[in-house]
Amino acid sequence: MKFPLYLDNHATTPMDPRVLEAMLPYFVEKFGNAASRNHAFGWEAEEAVENARKQLARLIHADPKEIVFTSGATESDNLALKGVVEMYHEKGDHIITGLTEHRAVLDTAKALETKRGIKVTYLPVDKTGLVNPDDVRRAITDKTILISIMLANNEIGTINPVKEIGKIAKEKGILFHSDATQGVGKIPVDVQEMGIDLMSFTAHKMYGPKGVGALYVRKKAPRVRIAPIIDGGGHERGMRSGTLPVPLIVGFGKACELCEQEMPTESVRLAKMRDRLQAGILGALEEVYLNGHPTLRLPHNLNLSFAYVEGESLLMGVKEIALSSGSACTSATLEPSYVLRALGVGSDLAHSSIRFGLGRFNTDEEIEYTIKRIIEIVTKLREMSPLYEMAKEGVDLKSVQWAVH
Amino acid sequence: MAYSDKVVDHFNNPRNMGSFKKDEEGVGTGIVGAPECGDVMKLQIKVQGDKIVDAKFKTFGCGSAIASSSLATEWMKGKTLEEAGQIKNTDIVQELNLPPVKIHCSVLAEDAIKAALNDYKKKAG
Repeated sequence: MKFPLYLDNHATTPMDPRVLEAMLPYFVEKFGNAASRNHAFGWEAEEAVENARKQLARLIHADPKEIVFTSGATESDNLALKGVVEMYHEKGDHIITGLTEHRAVLDTAKALETKRGIKVTYLPVDKTGLVNPDDVRRAITDKTILISIMLANNEIGTINPVKEIGKIAKEKGILFHSDATQGVGKIPVDVQEMGIDLMSFTAHKMYGPKGVGALYVRKKAPRVRIAPIIDGGGHERGMRSGTLPVPLIVGFGKACELCEQEMPTESVRLAKMRDRLQAGILGALEEVYLNGHPTLRLPHNLNLSFAYVEGESLLMGVKEIALSSGSACTSATLEPSYVLRALGVGSDLAHSSIRFGLGRFNTDEEIEYTIKRIIEIVTKLREMSPLYEMAKEGVDLKSVQWAVH
Repeated sequence: MAYSDKVVDHFNNPRNMGSFKKDEEGVGTGIVGAPECGDVMKLQIKVQGDKIVDAKFKTFGCGSAIASSSLATEWMKGKTLEEAGQIKNTDIVQELNLPPVKIHCSVLAEDAIKAALNDYKKKAG
């Protein structure tokens, strides 16, 4: 085993060496600008970009012409929300999204509220993190121009019923955007079947390079139009100006191709490892709670709360394993994860949460090691925890008058 | 965030971790913080005469909170009640090299010291 172990694949993934290999010629040798129409350097670059566009489109069952390259999923989310509002604001001023969306969607929606006077409905989720399609239906008004609901959550991995939401959007003639950053390449995504009109995703979450993402923009039934947020040379059919980062795009394409080929076996392997991790920990420790949905969950995601143990101290105790926590102490805000709070997880257990994100390069040996170390550190920290001691003495922690500071 | 060597040392080798019986003669207990805020500290002192002869802690919280309370027990041992009451959170910040976002851990440790002293004084009448 090579330390530190990497189990934070929701944050980013290591690049697959096969992706790097595909990219390398496009730095020095084939360096052309894909927009240069008059010489072989440009044609070569353009051909590489168009090939990648096909690879992306194939993975999500879209037409290559429906792919707009961006700098990443954050830009794609911004472009989708701001671009739709800019283009359709005369039709209406209301958008619907969810409380557990990524900050790239939430903060964009908030900016549209304050700067553009757009009305935003933030839908709640159930205790497993699912958006209820009936809530979406009920929130629709005659002023609604966009529904933006994520495919799968980045903290808890819960997979939303996007197909049902897509159906409602279609029925009501409202555009449907989905932030699919965590889902594309990991689970089957079909924009036709799911009724998605706009979809954000990015390369670095699927073993591709950082710095490149895409927005799927539907061309037919309906033809979606969005106003650009970056003006300039009119690249990407005017929706996103700026010289295309050809090496990154080539890498993105290769990453999509590999995910498409390997998903059937990889997702099964990851789910098996994840289930082993979950069973190994839950089998040995009491009062460990699963956050998210027991089955409608990304195959590589596991989010657990360890009662009586604070998340950051847990991470500090297993420094040789890269993990993530919903604890406030890992963030600058001192507030625990808003996603877990939206699920109704109490602040105490939100502070005690750890996210495991498995990936293509993890091994069974690493999982066994992680199980052993988590059990060790949780046991040690519980010995150190006054809350654990009180609970063992039969004190009901909820009945204690705590001095909230 | 990188932790200072001293925080890591206290975290890996906590000093005086454990509990005294609350009703034991000469024991003062201070519990501060709240689970929903992500940190709860319990500091206990054992007093003979006006001297703290032993101290123990248990902490639910981040590494800096654990280190702050561990350090507090180390500092309290051997001090008189009055001397212990003068330990300031800023001393803890300095000793452990805590970054600004972790200053609240040191404040909590100072509060825990004061709470333990008060509890002892109240019991001793």
